[in-house]
Amino acid sequence: MTSYLIAMATFASIYAILALGLNVMWGMAGMVNLGIVGFYAFGAYISALLTVNAHAPIALGFLAAMIGTAAMGALVTLGIMRLRDDYLAIVTLGFAEVVRIVAENEIWLTRGTDGISGIPQPLKHLLGADFNLAYLIFCLVIVALTLFVLERVRTSPFGRVLRAIREDAQVAAFAGKDVLKFKVKAFALGGALAGLAGALYAHYTSYIVPEIYVPLLTIYIFLALTAGGIGNNFGAVIGAFVVVFFLESTRFLIGVVPWLSAEQLAALREFLVGLGLLLVLYARPRGLMPEPLPRLAGPS
Amino acid sequence: MALLDIKGLRQRFGGVAALDGADVSVEQGRITGLIGPNGAGKTTLFNAVTGALRPDSGTVTFDGTDITGWRPDRLAEIGLSRTFQIARGLAQLTVIENLMLYGKRQQGETFCAAVLRGKAVRAREEELRGRAIEVARELDIIHVGDNRAIDLSGGQKKLLELGRALMAAPKLIMLDEPAAGINPTLAKKLGEHILALKVRGLTFLIVEHNMGLVAALCDHVVVLAQGKRLAEGRFAELRADRRVQDIYMGHRA
Repeated sequence: MTSYLIAMATFASIYAILALGLNVMWGMAGMVNLGIVGFYAFGAYISALLTVNAHAPIALGFLAAMIGTAAMGALVTLGIMRLRDDYLAIVTLGFAEVVRIVAENEIWLTRGTDGISGIPQPLKHLLGADFNLAYLIFCLVIVALTLFVLERVRTSPFGRVLRAIREDAQVAAFAGKDVLKFKVKAFALGGALAGLAGALYAHYTSYIVPEIYVPLLTIYIFLALTAGGIGNNFGAVIGAFVVVFFLESTRFLIGVVPWLSAEQLAALREFLVGLGLLLVLYARPRGLMPEPLPRLAGPS
Repeated sequence: MALLDIKGLRQRFGGVAALDGADVSVEQGRITGLIGPNGAGKTTLFNAVTGALRPDSGTVTFDGTDITGWRPDRLAEIGLSRTFQIARGLAQLTVIENLMLYGKRQQGETFCAAVLRGKAVRAREEELRGRAIEVARELDIIHVGDNRAIDLSGGQKKLLELGRALMAAPKLIMLDEPAAGINPTLAKKLGEHILALKVRGLTFLIVEHNMGLVAALCDHVVVLAQGKRLAEGRFAELRADRRVQDIYMGHRA
């Protein structure tokens, strides 16, 4: 049971980093990225291929995953700069599918649906049985660091511009901001975090296959951020843990309602996830932790 | 010399010439009014000058620089600020944040500076906060300074728009119907604010339908009709002008 809980907390931490990345793009800058799972996959494959095929150090894999996904984020934004906002959602959704399908079919590079196994796990030989706990702590430290950085971003003039673009990009332009530049930065930053999450996953499970990276995962991350509080970094983390807890705890339904078949239970779980979100938003329309506002009008 | 000089501006939407060679010139230190019936092209002119639209032809000169077709952020940089007909608050930002956003030279607007948060960044931020409080106090919206813009009344939103334009320390402010949708008392107050700012050397170009306000504020008025300048002069002269009466009242048989 303990190892199960450790594994779930590790996955929740990885989801938390994805949710934090989404919070930069969607929560702060208002750009809908329905392809966050594509960035996640891209990061995982970069780091896995570098460390498995080229025997690069794991740290280099992580770094390359972040730089690669950041560049990809910037490219996607530049590619659709002439399109209206809602097209971003469609293009990013397509982007994620393209990443998955390329991973499935370019067998020479990605080993296709067999997936990549034997991805090195950091310090595994030293830690042995303690690896899982150590990796959870590592993930939690990264979550904390990311939180620290993003809280600084949110409360800075940079974050203020992103939030202004979310509210009304044209007004932000009249305020003297180069809107496209900020959008590119937001997507690069959010993309880098998704890539980081991807690398964390790959080096934890040691095995990745394209079928992990389905659109449903993107939906879960949106769910996490919406439940936690769009625009709130702490909310993103809480939301990710809540979603993972919810998804996992409903697994145990099988013991409670034995008369349902496994398929029916799987459908019921999705049902309950939707119901859970509705209840949260009914009770707290702006999420568990709404976007905090600074108090600035008082005397210095 | 005119601070803003618009010459022969044309803007077509399909088969309709919203601007058909409009000429408008705004003298430094004055309040210039832009009036005309609905559909005359006033808002289109604003949009074409401020980079929200790209004019088909014509030139716009601001402070000696040709700014035709410039992007809004570059216009803000050289001192041209505008407001919108329907107040466009940044809804989920507080009043003070709305104001601070418009400040210039924000070193903290890059990712690295935001994370490192050096001394210069913090000092500039504190400076902007002080200035924002000052502006909010002057416009009498300081008591709602920490409220989100979406929670303001219609009149307060209009004041916030003016305040934001001021924060950019502009040379020229273009106001698109500042008194639309607010009560007469507040409209009068808004007019007083604008006059006070003019005394301090600011130049305004104002689109307004409230003729009382136009008469009270404007040193010079340009009448636009069907995308062209029909007449210009002092408001009292224009009121007596048969052509101007015709476009507002309809033609005599």
